[in-house]
Amino acid sequence: MRDGERKGFLCLLCLVYCLYLTHMSILIDETTRVVVQGLTGREGSFHAQQMIEYGTKIVAGVTPGKGGTRHLDVPVFNTLAEAVRETGAHASVIFVPPPFAADAILEAADAGLPLVVCITEGIPTLDMVRVAAALRGSRTRLIGPNCPGIISPGKCKIGIMPGRIHKQGHVGVVSRSGTLTYEAVDQLTRLGIGQSTCMGIGGDPIIGTTFLDAIRMFHEDSETHAIVMIGEIGGSAEEKAAEFIQAHVRKPVVGFIAGQTAPPGRRMGHAGAIISGGQGTAKEKYAAMAATGIHCVQSPAEIGQTLATALGKAAAK
Amino acid sequence: MKIHEYQAKAILARYGVPTPRGEVAFSKEEARVVADNLGTPVVVVKAQIHAGGRGKAGGVKLARSADEAAELAGKMLGMKLVTPQTGAAGRIVKRLLIEEGLDIKRELYLGLLVDRAAAAPVFMASAAGGMEIEEVAREHPEAILRETIHPAVGLQPYQARKLAFGLGLTPEVAALAVPFLQALYRAFIESDGSLAEINPCVVTGDGRLVALDAKMTFDDNALYRHKDLRELRDLDEEDPLEVEASKYGLNYIKLDGTVGCMVNGAGLAMATMDIIKLAGGAPANFLDVGGGASAEQVKNAFKILMSDRAVRGVFINIFGGILRCDVLATGVVAAAQELQFKVPVVVRMEGTNVEQGKEILRKSGLGFAVADGMKDGAEKIVKLAGA
Repeated sequence: MRDGERKGFLCLLCLVYCLYLTHMSILIDETTRVVVQGLTGREGSFHAQQMIEYGTKIVAGVTPGKGGTRHLDVPVFNTLAEAVRETGAHASVIFVPPPFAADAILEAADAGLPLVVCITEGIPTLDMVRVAAALRGSRTRLIGPNCPGIISPGKCKIGIMPGRIHKQGHVGVVSRSGTLTYEAVDQLTRLGIGQSTCMGIGGDPIIGTTFLDAIRMFHEDSETHAIVMIGEIGGSAEEKAAEFIQAHVRKPVVGFIAGQTAPPGRRMGHAGAIISGGQGTAKEKYAAMAATGIHCVQSPAEIGQTLATALGKAAAK
Repeated sequence: MKIHEYQAKAILARYGVPTPRGEVAFSKEEARVVADNLGTPVVVVKAQIHAGGRGKAGGVKLARSADEAAELAGKMLGMKLVTPQTGAAGRIVKRLLIEEGLDIKRELYLGLLVDRAAAAPVFMASAAGGMEIEEVAREHPEAILRETIHPAVGLQPYQARKLAFGLGLTPEVAALAVPFLQALYRAFIESDGSLAEINPCVVTGDGRLVALDAKMTFDDNALYRHKDLRELRDLDEEDPLEVEASKYGLNYIKLDGTVGCMVNGAGLAMATMDIIKLAGGAPANFLDVGGGASAEQVKNAFKILMSDRAVRGVFINIFGGILRCDVLATGVVAAAQELQFKVPVVVRMEGTNVEQGKEILRKSGLGFAVADGMKDGAEKIVKLAGA
């Protein structure tokens, strides 16, 4: 193919994929082509290798100044635009350090990628304020930052979660945390309950994809039959999702909120996990969830079992 | 990161926010000199601690002479100030702000913070100055004016006017409010603020608008680009164990219970505290060793946990995933041998090589209890710790 033809072909490919994407609410699958921003760094290298081993199609890496080289047998480019043009990537995952992460997100949006997953922890809040403003109205969906990423078990993993604890199935999991998500997923898998997609939306105050966004996608996804929502103290995102669930969602939903014992005014590790001005307590969130018919779990050890019971009840109806 | 009122006022003044004349004093003598230099009929002696509610607790006093200011300073320095925000332990007063007294006609509330839902800075203002904004929000939510600011253009004059006239300021004072609010906004943005609060902001008898109190907190994640702000950190205002933990990159918050927790990941760490409570115990701390949880971090975490004398037992809850449990277990054993502590330790871990890891713990002869799952672990430690 001549260069012009090849470009045209890639554009067509992207268009078809975008149309496909709008009908695929779980965002990723075995065809997703992923570019790693910060591929050659320590974290980027390690997790890219893990993703490749899981079966994710890692097609390119971006490290400014290392363009033209190969790393993990993947071509490295100086700019994301070039990586996308040359490899037809449709999603990126970001491992660059916090001072440069906002720039990396904006670069991915500028390249027109429909999905950007930002793993980086510790991005200044005001950087994310500017990123959020720039992303408004763009076609890019950001997941994170400060998140474990997204996995559709057996198909594609974009993130840092341990692949082996997951099992393909029909439960959608959305969570603000990392290891607590693994805990919940592990409980499900041990009970023989597989997952359609597990998404960590991140522990920061300003994030790209909210609980509401994730729940809406799970609601519309025919592959997802039940939902687990793992929240935390701080903010009111869980309450907003609960309102939507009450109005629209007929699939069983299990909800847990971490931080029932957290003192007010202290930031519990995550920048977003703080009770301020009496707002964002676990008690409030549980009350909002219970009022909407969400199956509330008090003990983090009983997330899996509660979902199994809820599924049993849903099936019996 | 929090800073003191006098430090916040110095920053705001640099941006052009009017503040009362005044200076910090670390001793009775310094207080006398500052009061003397101010030369106003009334000076205010204000205790500088990182907590609100000082007025009612006796941390803010008026003096009518330099001698009286010195006398009040002598009483206040070294005093333990207990306010609703300090907890029962209170804070020892080590610094004072000595300021000119002002003729106050009206008190207003001004606050600037990042609204999570809107993903943008928002100005909040209320005519009920001096009151806690949480209280106003609860009792008169309609009395709080809000202006969301587009980060690309910043606070616009019309937004400042909406707030000013909304507060019922006279046209003369409202005209002063526009540059006041814009300066406050610039100070907030350029220093990566997470909160800037002027409570109260006062209208003086001669028609000026002055920041009578000021509170600023900064985004910890942005401190790397603010060397000047980092120098304002006052370690006396922080828990010594938390300061020690931060040196190792550990996220530690001391709580009132007896079961020490060591967990990887903030969400799981909170959930672990919760499950200890459900098992009938009380967590002694929040501690996130980070997602990776290396053996070195585990050792550092042990050191911190063992420095808290209230700890009667330790629950290690690590969901590694990619982490190798045999490596972790070796690290835990090494740390236990080196630190020689006597309290019971329950370990729950998940990751690769779990069985090998458990075997290493069992064979160590150090009396580790190995748990299956976090519920089992929480119940075991609560029983062993006698909590």
